Amino acid sequence: MGIYMDNAATTRVTEPVLEAMLPYLTEHFGNPSSVHGYGRDAKRALDAARREVAAALGAKPSEIYFTGCGTEADNWAIRGAAYAKKEKGRHIITSAIEHHAVLHTCEQLEKEGFEVTYLPVDEYGLVSAESVAAAIRPDTVLVTIMAANNEIGTIEPIQEIGAIAHEKGVLFHTDAVQAVGHVAFDLANMPIDMLSLSGHKLHAPKGIGALYIRSGLHIQPFMRGGAQERSQRAGTENLASIVALGKAITLATEHMEENAKKVSALRDRLIKGILETIPDVRLNGHPEKRLPGNVNVCFRYIEGESLLLSLDLKGIAGSSGSACTSGSLDPSHVLLAIGLPHEIAHGSLRLSLSEENTEEEVDFTIASLQEIVARLRAMSPLWPENRKNDR
Amino acid sequence: MYTEQVMDHFMHPRNVGEIEDPSGVGEVGNAKCGDIMKIYIKVENNVIVDVKFQTFGCGAAIATSSRATEMVMGKTIEEALAVTNKQVMESLGGLPPVKHHCSVLAEEALHAAIADYKARHPEA
Repeated sequence: MGIYMDNAATTRVTEPVLEAMLPYLTEHFGNPSSVHGYGRDAKRALDAARREVAAALGAKPSEIYFTGCGTEADNWAIRGAAYAKKEKGRHIITSAIEHHAVLHTCEQLEKEGFEVTYLPVDEYGLVSAESVAAAIRPDTVLVTIMAANNEIGTIEPIQEIGAIAHEKGVLFHTDAVQAVGHVAFDLANMPIDMLSLSGHKLHAPKGIGALYIRSGLHIQPFMRGGAQERSQRAGTENLASIVALGKAITLATEHMEENAKKVSALRDRLIKGILETIPDVRLNGHPEKRLPGNVNVCFRYIEGESLLLSLDLKGIAGSSGSACTSGSLDPSHVLLAIGLPHEIAHGSLRLSLSEENTEEEVDFTIASLQEIVARLRAMSPLWPENRKNDR
Repeated sequence: MYTEQVMDHFMHPRNVGEIEDPSGVGEVGNAKCGDIMKIYIKVENNVIVDVKFQTFGCGAAIATSSRATEMVMGKTIEEALAVTNKQVMESLGGLPPVKHHCSVLAEEALHAAIADYKARHPEA
């Protein structure tokens, strides 16, 4: 089989998670809102899963709302808070390197009369708490900064940022889609009002996410309809996936320390192998404050898509922030925000590992990259060797 | 997303490299947009006797430059100028819509190389 190194895009549903969810598609198919035994069965499972998610995050079950995905949680948190607080003010603070689920939601709010400040980041992709403090105005109602970046893996100082927001009486939301399951959260003791997470980044299926909303905070409901999710997010619950999320987040939390240790060792082996054996490569993101599984590098003189295609032919699955993969001419907004010129940002590669990867896979990937990068550079008009005869 | 022909040209590009003493060189695109194509031609008696390319770009960019060089090899200048990006694309079994610009770039690089040849050989 192939080598899967795209766990930041999505993860495999593991066997215990699949086993936990399957009965909720067949035997226990009831609607949690129904009064009868089938319904009560389903409701019990729903409540248990909510308790599991809450326990994994150090939150109360009543603070967890299940959503259709991480993007929905981001949309809901930002729009819901903006509209709930619009009498106080219409200013929102975010960063230049947020996921599009946050950025495009903020851009839409700008069209609806809100003002948004997009904070710059440093060369490692860090948002500084000072810059947040400086940007807060009397009419600021929300700060939304991601817990960890999806492309370059940088872990943001959300504890400090949240504390500053709270000092000034401003709500703090964090998109923790890449962080939950890999980085510890204790929400009862963190200055976080809302947190978005997604199931399929931690071995649950696609199509399930959650939003944590601190008790006492009232934001606008996301969808109107039935009384599901305390009437805040109507729609019959995706019970099997909710059960899967409960199981997956519990497993991720139980094994967090050992997984982080194993995965970060693989990550460091991969980074070291690439940087030490291939010339003209740069590591993107912070050398230490980074997700255990994230590797993001730029190879000069070559373009990301041709690199990905070549890796795919060797059975290695990665991703790139390259223009050509998305169909736009601009490379990743994250790589541009950390100050990379376009031509270097075009040659980016993200390999995101999980505890299921092995040292052999890492070593095979390093060897494959050496060969592929050499081949692509040999045909690149930018490769200095190929410019020797320029007139 | 790519046809077998595109993948074949991507993995086994024809005519990669440069010509030591070319009759004309054309370079188009820019690194900012993620595509640069450079085509070298050697012309004898109005015939392209050798053609080479170097490309910085995606799979489609590499494949279209490879295919374009193959299509003009041995052709007269006039025949080469008649080769269109559409023909290059069709001979590769098509390209995804977002990649059509790659084939345009290949045609432009070839035309630039021929223009350079003509500028250097006004007698031709």
